[in-house]
Parts: sequence; structure tokens; C-alpha cells
Amino acid sequence: MVVDNLMQWFESWTLWEAGSPLLFLIVVVIAGVPIFLLMAVNALVAVYAELKISAFMQDRVGPMGQGPGLHAGKWGLLQTVADALKLLLKEDIIPTLADRKLFIIAPFIIFVTPFIALAALPFNQNLLIADLNIGVFYILAVGSISVIGIIMAGWSSNNKWSLYGAMRSAAQIVSYEIPVALSIVSVIMLTGTLSMQGIISYQDGTTLGILPNWILFNNPFSFIAFFIFFISGVAEVNRTPFDIPEAESELVAGFHTEYSGMRWAFFFLSEYANMLIISGIAAVAFLGGWHSPIPGFLESPGWSLFWFISKIGMLIFIMMWFRWTFPRLRVDQLMNICWKVLLPLALLNIFGVGIWTLLTG
Amino acid sequence: MSELLFWFMTAMTIGSALIVVLHSNLFYSALALVVTLFGVAAFYVFLWADFLAGVQVFIYIGGILILILFGIMLTNKISSVNISHSKFHQGIAAVIVMGIFSILGWMILKTPWLHIVQQEPSQTVGRIGRLLMTEYLLPFEVASVLLLSALIGAAMLSRKAN
Repeated sequence: MVVDNLMQWFESWTLWEAGSPLLFLIVVVIAGVPIFLLMAVNALVAVYAELKISAFMQDRVGPMGQGPGLHAGKWGLLQTVADALKLLLKEDIIPTLADRKLFIIAPFIIFVTPFIALAALPFNQNLLIADLNIGVFYILAVGSISVIGIIMAGWSSNNKWSLYGAMRSAAQIVSYEIPVALSIVSVIMLTGTLSMQGIISYQDGTTLGILPNWILFNNPFSFIAFFIFFISGVAEVNRTPFDIPEAESELVAGFHTEYSGMRWAFFFLSEYANMLIISGIAAVAFLGGWHSPIPGFLESPGWSLFWFISKIGMLIFIMMWFRWTFPRLRVDQLMNICWKVLLPLALLNIFGVGIWTLLTG
Repeated sequence: MSELLFWFMTAMTIGSALIVVLHSNLFYSALALVVTLFGVAAFYVFLWADFLAGVQVFIYIGGILILILFGIMLTNKISSVNISHSKFHQGIAAVIVMGIFSILGWMILKTPWLHIVQQEPSQTVGRIGRLLMTEYLLPFEVASVLLLSALIGAAMLSRKAN
């Protein structure tokens, strides 16, 4: 959407002929910079929120620097800025026996996958890089590449904890991709489209009189599908209680044990970007996307952006809530939940949604 | 633009495919296979088959390749084992490969190819779904039975003997 509009706008200047490669490159860069900024700002805000939320949940006050200077600002507001500066200035260490090439490439692969996945996430009616026909499927497919970066990082570090972390991560992500995809299938069965904007426009209006017509409230099966999706989504982004790939009490830091400085920051940045994407898909597929929670109330593009960001923020907050209240699962428990609980439920759900649409549709 | 991209993707796919075959480190070969599969997905995009490209990335890179990497990591001494074979075996392989290459090349030149429409089709997924549920239902079901039996077989093999 944004790319098409920018192309038309630039072409109207008649400086370039239509479809010029240079123009396309310029437009892609212009569209890509805000995504990069979004990822960076998202990490800064989310890390601060995580510090404060974890502190309040443990009856502490969290970062509380006073005043300007190198203190962390009022209420520790500049804490994450200071952290980012520290990471930029830190020494970059590569272990002598590490596989140098893969060690350097791995953080980039992990960083690039959420970056290109965000291109298909609609923030309001118009704010979307490209409205793909296969929108939601594209995001899930691209998201599955990031685990290759994790495996590369774990293997190239030449460290047993890294290797264990990478192996656990591979097993976990491959397993949890299935309930994620199956719960999205039950949404697609209702909407009849894979396009993100198409899924959102299906959820326009009201249901049962007062409730917004979100897929969450559409029928009992899609209600359960949301929880299957969200639980598996938390597992896909390696967050507690499913953070066994980096379990700090067993594996030091899992696949990124050997990383430091900027390279480590890439892992960090992409973890928070992945939380944003999973929350974004959940908001689009189940919570009405950028639609207002009160149908027909404050639905201008500006407010739509606000509603969408609030829904994502709410879901990210719930993920943090999970992290600071649940203990970590064991490997076997993790696999049991995926294969013996979530997967059969997701399959049953697809069947249920099918029957439901047959009877009511 | 698309022509430029096409040749770039072609070079990338063939180059990485060569690395898959020629590299002596198994782990590097598997990672080069990621690039090859990604390049094939890009070719699907050039043919307007967006759904197929997504499936290629989701199933082959996100599923099968990760299992291959997982398998490699479970084995010991990945980097020290030299997987290339003797000159004699390489010679036999070269003859067979050249044979297959010439047959495929001959076939490519002889086939009357369909010309791609320059316009984006209005929908791809819906039509694929409809065809799978009507015209190609039997092959589709046979494939799923095959996968199911493979799944049961894997579960049987990995079960503890009582």
C-alpha cells in the first residue's frame, strides 16, 4: 500500500519513468526506515516497561535515576537509552574457536526476519507497506526462518550451552509452529481470505447486539483458537514460561551465550520485535485489527492507529505478566503441552469452526 | 527491475546449490540449501505463484531444513568428518550427473512452454483450494495417507521397547 502510493507519488513528479529500478529502490528504503525505527523504539519502550512491570510485580520500584546527566532520568525513563549506549560502546568479542563467518552472519538473519515480516502488518487503514494476497501466511512463513539464525548462532559459538540452546530452540519452534498455523487456519475458514486487510474488514460492525464483531467473539471455537494461538505464540518467541532455549539457570544464556555488545543487541531487538509481530497477528486475526473496540466510535485513521497500538501493547503486557508470574517449563512438559494438548485442540477447533460455518453460514 | 532481480536470484540459487554439493562441511551445505530453497521460492514469486512461494518457505525452510540441521547437530564431529568421497566415486557421479543434466537440458529445450501472463492474477489461493477439493482430491488424499503412515512409522520406531 505505502509502496504503491509512494511509487505513484514519485512518478507524478515525472523525474523518473514508470517502473524504474532506481525509483523502486528509493521507495523501498523510504518504506523500510520507519520499520527499523519502529523496531528500535519498540525495544526501548518494551524494555523499560519490562523493567518497571517486573519491579512492581516483585514489590520493588525498578530503575529510579534522578535528574539529567548520566543518571537514568526521572523515574528511570532514560534507563534503556543508557543501556543502548552501553551496548553500542561495548567490546565486540568473538571466541577464538568459533566459526567466524557464521558467528557474524547469525545475528543479522535473526534481525532481518522480523524486519521483513513487519512489512505485511497493517497499522491502520493505510499504514501498511504491502497488502499481500497471502498476508498472514507470509508473516508466519517468514517468521519460521529466524530459527535458522538461532541454530547458526548456537552451532558457530562452539560452546555446549549454545548448542543445547539452539537444539532446544529448533525442536520448540518447529513444534509450536503447528498449533500457531492451525489456529490461524480456523480464522481463515471464517474470513475466506489470507490478506491482513481482508481479515480486518471481516471484523467490521457488531455481534450479539453490543460486542464488536471480532473473531474472538465470533463463535466458541474461534474463542478457544485465540488462546491456542497466543500460548503457542509466546512459545514461538522464546518467552518465559517457554524460554528453555535460553534458560539462564541451566544454559547460562542459551544460544546467545557467547555474544556481546552490538551483536547481542540484535538478538535482544529481534526478541522484542517478534513479540510485536505475534501480538500484531493476534490483534489482526482475533481482536479486530485497527477497529475500535466500540464499533463506529472513533474510527478515523489516527484513532485506528491508536487502537491497534493499544491492542499490541496490551498483549505484550500480558506476555510480560506471564514472564514474571509463571515458572519455566521442563523440556518434556513443553513438548507434552504442544503435541498432546494444543495440537489436538487446534485440530478439533478447525472441525468445530467448519461445522459452525456450515450450520450458521 | 524484475529482469535484474531474476538474474540475481538465478545466480544466487545456482551458486548456493553448488556450495551444497561441493562444500566439505555438512553444516555449511545445509545452510547453503536454505539459500537455494529461498531462491526457488523467489522463482515462484516471479511466476505469480505467491501462495506456493509461501509454502516453499514455510514447509521447506521452516520445517524440513530445520529438521536436517537438527539431525546434523545431534551427530558428533560434524566439522572434522570429511564427507567428500574418493576420486573414483566422484568420477562415476560426474558421468551420471552429466547424463541427467543433458537429458534435462534436452527436455527444457524441447518442451513447448506456456507463456506467463504479465498481469497479476486476482486470486491464487482460492483457486488452488478449489482444485484440491474437486479435481485433485484423490492425489491430495493419497499424499496425506502417505504422510500419516510416515508419522505412525516414526512414532513406532522411536517408542521404547516394552
